Amino acid sequence: MNAWFSQHVQAFKGALRKLAAQRASSLLNVLVIGIALALPAGGYVILGNLQGIAARFSLEPQLSVFLEPGARPADRDGLEKRLRNDPRMAAVRFVPRDEALAELRKTEGIAEVIAALNQNPLPDAFVIRLKDIPPDQLEALAAELGRLPGVGHVQADSAWARRLSALIGVGRLGIALLAALLAAGLVAVTFNTIRLQVLTQREEIEVARLLGATDGFIRRPFYYLGAIQGLAGGMVGLAVLAGSLALLNQGIRTLAETYGSSFHLTFLAPGDALAVALFASLLGWLGAYLSVSVYLRGMGPR
Amino acid sequence: MIKFSNVSKRYPGGQEALRNVSFAIGAGELVFLTGRSGAGKSTLFKLIPAIERPTSGSVVVNGQNVSAIKPAAVPILRRNLGLVFQDQKLLYDRSVIDNVLLPLAFSGFAPKEAARRARAALDKVGLLSREKANPIQLSGGEQQRVAIARAVANRPAILIADEPTANLDADSAAAIIAIFVSFQQVGVTVLIATHDMALIERSGGRVLRLEAGELVAGGDPQ
Repeated sequence: MNAWFSQHVQAFKGALRKLAAQRASSLLNVLVIGIALALPAGGYVILGNLQGIAARFSLEPQLSVFLEPGARPADRDGLEKRLRNDPRMAAVRFVPRDEALAELRKTEGIAEVIAALNQNPLPDAFVIRLKDIPPDQLEALAAELGRLPGVGHVQADSAWARRLSALIGVGRLGIALLAALLAAGLVAVTFNTIRLQVLTQREEIEVARLLGATDGFIRRPFYYLGAIQGLAGGMVGLAVLAGSLALLNQGIRTLAETYGSSFHLTFLAPGDALAVALFASLLGWLGAYLSVSVYLRGMGPR
Repeated sequence: MIKFSNVSKRYPGGQEALRNVSFAIGAGELVFLTGRSGAGKSTLFKLIPAIERPTSGSVVVNGQNVSAIKPAAVPILRRNLGLVFQDQKLLYDRSVIDNVLLPLAFSGFAPKEAARRARAALDKVGLLSREKANPIQLSGGEQQRVAIARAVANRPAILIADEPTANLDADSAAAIIAIFVSFQQVGVTVLIATHDMALIERSGGRVLRLEAGELVAGGDPQ
């Protein structure tokens, strides 16, 4: 164990002692940091879950072309040829009405409905994956295909998924802004805590300088203090988030079950949770660094 | 060990605290610095650990030119000096032993070795039995002895003190000076600023005399 290491251990212990000496205000600080972190982390979790839903549907522009119930095989073959030769199409798949019904049976909650029917209500269809085209042209193409003989109805399937995806993008930006603001707030909270610490320890700092303490030795305990406080705040934030999700999920599960779904909000991945805690610690360190730099400069003999 | 060459110090505002001061102190010497209040004793004291910088001239301590020292080198300089201040500068939020341990903490000693040295230093000033006490519980003379223990815990080659007996009765003052003399006897260079002439006469060290910022006795002309 060398001197450098033992000095760090001492600084770490010193920081813990200072936290313990001011238990009430340390606890409040940690709580403030935790709640401030729980907000953007919670938003991130909810968005992540929404995105999970959106990702189940293809976001590539896709068209479903449903044939008229009474369409003749000749119409169908003509349409297929026409579609396959169209340069705007990336892939064309024919879905016979029986296959569509079989697929529908697998969907939760629908099987009972289908069983009640005595004949297949579904038409034959073509599912078309398009080459990347702008959304306005997608509508025009849908209208164009709708005029072809034998075509009953054309649906641009992915429009809502794309809208959801765009909405998530906006939400993501909002959360990034919120996170940035609250991160600045966290730095400010730590800045102020450390400022008070530096001022209470003014005498000790001056004496230590007179006796030959390096700047690093004087600063180190404050850095640890900021980082430990940030880390503790980060863990409180994660706990708040986990608790909130557990509460929310009680309601969401009940709701989802009525739709025959097992959807629920999932917590952050372990890596993300770790990142939140470490990021909080880093912000605490930054607040301490800024505070110590500002307040030591104007203090005592150099 | 300590060499002042044509040192002047003018504080911002025009007051000249030291004027063209030159002297040298050899290794193992005991030197007293005397003069009235305001003669420049404290200013001279502050130039040695680079608490203040001279306006002109050079201050060399242990072969190092302190007047041109880089800020990053100041802590190392101070660790190699034992400093005793007029107002002791003890910390009253911790025990006597923790006060003595303070300079050892940043000199890179392992905790065990630091504790050993701190006890040895307290033992030398006769306060080992009070190591757990808070300095506030001690008398003025005892507090000054704690300050000395803290100054010598690092075993510096040079010990300098600014009015260490200022607020003490005659017996306590004599005890303090006796402690300084005992360090000089084991080879430490000792410089004490004081206006107490009676003490000086009994101890028999060399005397530097300041008057209105000028050295009028004891300096060796360059």
